[in-house]
Amino acid sequence: MKLIDKTIVAKKMPIRLVRNTILKGLFFLATTFGLLVLGILLYRIFAQGIGYLDWDFFQNFASRRPEEAGIKAALIGSIWLMIVVAPVALLLGLGTAIYLEEYAKKNWFTSFIKLNISNLAGVPSIIFGLLGLTIFVRALALDRSVLAAGLTMSLLVLPVIIVAAQEAIRSVPRELREASYGMGATKWQTIVRVVLPAAIPGILTGSILALSRAVGETAPLVVVGIPMFIAFLPKNVFDTFTVLPMQIYNWTSRPQEEFQSVAAAGILVLLFLLIFMNSIAVFIRNKFQKRY
Amino acid sequence: MRVQQAQYSIREMIQERKQKKRIQIERFIPSILSLTAAVSILTTLGIVFTLIFETITFFKEVSVSEFFTADKWYPFAEAASYGVMPLVLGTLKITMIAALVAVPIGLATAIYLSEYASEKTRRVIKPILEILAGVPTIVYGFFALTFVTPVLRSIFPSLEMFNALSPGLVVGIMITPMIASLSEDALVSVPRTMREGALALGSTKLEVTLKVVLPAAISGIVASIVLALSRAIGETMIVSVAGGSTPSLNMDVTTSIQTMTAYIVQVSTGDAGYGTTIYYSIYAVGMTLFLFTLVMNLLAQYISRKVREEY
Repeated sequence: MKLIDKTIVAKKMPIRLVRNTILKGLFFLATTFGLLVLGILLYRIFAQGIGYLDWDFFQNFASRRPEEAGIKAALIGSIWLMIVVAPVALLLGLGTAIYLEEYAKKNWFTSFIKLNISNLAGVPSIIFGLLGLTIFVRALALDRSVLAAGLTMSLLVLPVIIVAAQEAIRSVPRELREASYGMGATKWQTIVRVVLPAAIPGILTGSILALSRAVGETAPLVVVGIPMFIAFLPKNVFDTFTVLPMQIYNWTSRPQEEFQSVAAAGILVLLFLLIFMNSIAVFIRNKFQKRY
Repeated sequence: MRVQQAQYSIREMIQERKQKKRIQIERFIPSILSLTAAVSILTTLGIVFTLIFETITFFKEVSVSEFFTADKWYPFAEAASYGVMPLVLGTLKITMIAALVAVPIGLATAIYLSEYASEKTRRVIKPILEILAGVPTIVYGFFALTFVTPVLRSIFPSLEMFNALSPGLVVGIMITPMIASLSEDALVSVPRTMREGALALGSTKLEVTLKVVLPAAISGIVASIVLALSRAIGETMIVSVAGGSTPSLNMDVTTSIQTMTAYIVQVSTGDAGYGTTIYYSIYAVGMTLFLFTLVMNLLAQYISRKVREEY
């Protein structure tokens, strides 16, 4: 009995192979689409913005005249924002991660915290802005300060840091902990002297990436009410300020053609800052991360 | 004798250690850490209660039925009308256009990376996708306004300066890496043996992919799409910069629109004072937006947890 009719198979084979090749080509084209978009985007911004990117651009405050407009207040403001977000988000995120990985029992409360964290990661950033406006700006009367904006951003990036720190802590092998306990160390001593040093590269990498998200985020700060046009630097965390994405938004939404180029120059500064932060993260990952 | 002495001193050592203060600290550490864990719960509670309370205040001034059934969103007009539908429709237009771009391209990228690409190609493409995913949304907004819109206008001259098409396409570009990388994870986790079984029966690579791998990974893929669309719904800066500020209740994508997020931005950057109806309206709109994304996130979690096939 012939189970397979070879003539039919042979007849269909060419078309099946052609279909395979065509679809493979289409899949590849789709893959290069991202590359293409990134190329156009970078080229456009570079070509438009490079002309405005000179020393004066870093020295000047925002101005109504495009040729005098500078990014000083926004760049310094973004650094101020990082100074608030980094310690707050890192402490809260690391504490939560240690609790979840090392102490939390498997009960409804723990799984509730985990479900809550993954849901928080999906809340649109603009909603965090509404939270910041109500709690930090109004209820705690921090006004439109560095602190109010920084705390809002800390809550926004907290889920990212928690998940990164959890993964880093989880990847520390059991044997290291057991050895530490075997030497008579207590749980907290083991965590501080064995687990955290081994996990710190992963935690730092994740935190820097989260921080770079906070630096590039605009929407929550718009809602919090951070001004877009400012001609002074903040002296402490209770002063008002502006940041790079807000300044870029302001320039982008102006009708004059020249401000588009100023916006492009601002974007170049923002992208350089983000690339710098990401390279540090990649460097830490490659240099210090051990594989067990 | 010396052995006994040694044992005694070890017992003594343990006793001594237990009395030290640092051992006492040991007992407080979990409670301190659980406090930091509580911050994430407080954040959620803060979001929910903030939205609920301010939305209730809003509904004291505007009736619930007007909010859901009125067909105009004219908060700044003399005779203000607060019907949220035009804003919801604006958001849905953006999301639909974004899905039309991101689902096919993202899925095709995922298939290429997981089934066809060599290790070398993958090492080049994946970082590029990561960079695309990390570009700040304000940069995409600038790109939509200064590049995509002019290009589209040279093709379709009837397109308005602010429209749904251009930001929709760019939001699609923004969420493509998310669909690509999450779907690729789902495809890669399908065991090799299933592919090899199908190949051994004489299937081409395409048939293996479409008839074996894709069905096996479908829950992960659907979850990735739902998550990405939820991201598109909450996207703010691209639509604020390039979408315009004219809420309208039609299916036209060539005219100016306004999304829920763009309205919140418009009020925040405007001069509506604290305590006005317009001020409270951003919370009602925010609540609507929050519910949309919450339902989609829960749906994605449900799909990837319940429909997951175990191998």
